[in-house]
Amino acid sequence: MTSWLTSFPQLSDSLLRALQRSIDNGFRSFTRSYGDLIEGFFSPLQTLLIWFERLLLGTPWPVILLVVAGLAWGASRSLRVVIGSVLTLVLIGLFGMWADTMKTISMVLAATLLSIAIGLPLGVLMARSARVQRVVSPILDIMQTMPSFVYLIPVVMLLGIGRVPGLIAVVIYALPPMIRLTNLGIRQVDPEVLEATDAFGSSAWQKLVKAQLPLALPTIMAGINQTIMMALAMVVIASMIGVQGLGQPVLRAISNQYFTLGLFNGFAIVGIAILFDRISQAWGKRLQKHREASHD
Amino acid sequence: MTDPIGIEIRNLYKIFGANPQAHVAAVRAGMTKAELQARHGHVLGLSDINIQIAPGSIQVIMGLSGSGKSTLIRHINRLIEPTAGEIVIEGRNVVGMSKDELREFRRHRTAMVFQKFGLLPHRTVLDNAAYGLEVQGMAEAERYRTAMRWIERVGLSGFEKSYPSQLSGGMQQRVGLARALANDAPILLMDEAYSALDPLIRYDMQTVLLDLQQEVRKTIVFITHDLDEALRIGDRIALLRDGSVIQQGTAQDIVLRPADDYVANFVQHVDRGKVLKVGAVMLAQHGFDALPEASIATDASIAEALQQMAANRLQALRVQDPQGQTIGVIPFQDAINAYTGSKGEGAE
Repeated sequence: MTSWLTSFPQLSDSLLRALQRSIDNGFRSFTRSYGDLIEGFFSPLQTLLIWFERLLLGTPWPVILLVVAGLAWGASRSLRVVIGSVLTLVLIGLFGMWADTMKTISMVLAATLLSIAIGLPLGVLMARSARVQRVVSPILDIMQTMPSFVYLIPVVMLLGIGRVPGLIAVVIYALPPMIRLTNLGIRQVDPEVLEATDAFGSSAWQKLVKAQLPLALPTIMAGINQTIMMALAMVVIASMIGVQGLGQPVLRAISNQYFTLGLFNGFAIVGIAILFDRISQAWGKRLQKHREASHD
Repeated sequence: MTDPIGIEIRNLYKIFGANPQAHVAAVRAGMTKAELQARHGHVLGLSDINIQIAPGSIQVIMGLSGSGKSTLIRHINRLIEPTAGEIVIEGRNVVGMSKDELREFRRHRTAMVFQKFGLLPHRTVLDNAAYGLEVQGMAEAERYRTAMRWIERVGLSGFEKSYPSQLSGGMQQRVGLARALANDAPILLMDEAYSALDPLIRYDMQTVLLDLQQEVRKTIVFITHDLDEALRIGDRIALLRDGSVIQQGTAQDIVLRPADDYVANFVQHVDRGKVLKVGAVMLAQHGFDALPEASIATDASIAEALQQMAANRLQALRVQDPQGQTIGVIPFQDAINAYTGSKGEGAE
């Protein structure tokens, strides 16, 4: 008599099984007929990734150290950031993780570039139209809360195991902050400034390029920073579907209980995360030097 | 330099709300702002505005906050769409312009100065001043040359590499003015341009504007809530209240013949001695048997006339036009009456 209250009335087992099976079969046949096409569509990504990896692995390590030092100096003008960045990489190299680190960095760079290329225009569109915002917002919510393992499944079914599905998984995870913060940054631009640009006869494109984007840049930079951090966080999970780099040793350490191996590679990920973060933040701050000398 | 052009605002209405068109007829038939608000939830922004602005003149539109003056000025370059009415400039109706036409019109015919400056914070003074020209597509060297000239003209030489946040409010508004003037548009729209400035700087900037106007002869629409400012710079003044023009005319008209108690209340604290000109108060000369010896210019103020008469113990002055012709007489008592605002029959 009370059993209908304690156990939730659910669809019958056979119905559920049939439902699952039909969705699975549907997707599988979709994969079989369009898999090659989709793989072909994403093959430029493969080229991009391999090019990045070859670039980073083929360049002599002293050159890489010099380039990183130069980037750090250019972005921050702070000796502390430069020394910290170089020291991090030197330690990583000394502990035998140079090649894995380069692979991870190339993956993160590719994912970040892709996220900017997709996220910036989408964020702009979202800021310009309330309708686009209403459609895109819930999709972003899903992308951010759906456990990443779940969307790994269809990606792997479609594209198999390797760099490209890994990259796609990383981009799905790292893209939302880029879109959200671009949208936010543009929406926060002072309407009086925009009214002035209108009054002088700016076209929509002039308004975007000369006022909205530059004024939203600090927020957009925060979005890029977030995207880099999230891409790094996905490295270990992506290694489960064959992405090479620092994630692989961590994965091995988990399954074999190699405590030190896990720790070293974990620290290497933390190290490059801090490195990316400091450099990109310092750059973002320098881009808005007009705010520093505030008059009062 | 382009020739000055006039602006004609005809039967302009602006109703804010979900379905403004539906209520234009009712407002035309005499529905008041309060009724419209109470019955239909729409706000009457502007009601039947008719103003003719002569080429090369300064038209002040004055009113307290909420009177619709900022809404009105935004109709001239259509930053706000009217609900009904026309704005005719050079024979073309601005309200009927297409998007592209409107953009060209804004680029070449109008320039605007804003209460809160509206400068681009990430750009230097020079790049801000050159913004209008940049949008027009002028080459960099040329637009910098023009912008530099105006930066110097408004007194900001040496600051062209500064950012707006490094400047005081008065200096920022000079940048706003330089940006507008660099455009070389025949119409200059100034939306409470000086309201955010403190009184001394405001006076200073008014002087800058009046001096500039001597050279460039633009058609200037100047919004303000400050009567002294309106009387000082306006060739003509339109007084706005609750979205309607309640009086328009010269400063003299408004001070001497206020249309209603509201305007009278407004002008009662004005320094009439300085605002009123001899020419507006003088009497026709044929009423006098003997014309006084001493003379005064027709555009001198009442205060100056009184000073001259008091110093020389005179009972009247002869009024001369700029060519030296006698055009009237100003008796001491009439000057006093005009000064105090009493309507007493001065020269019985």
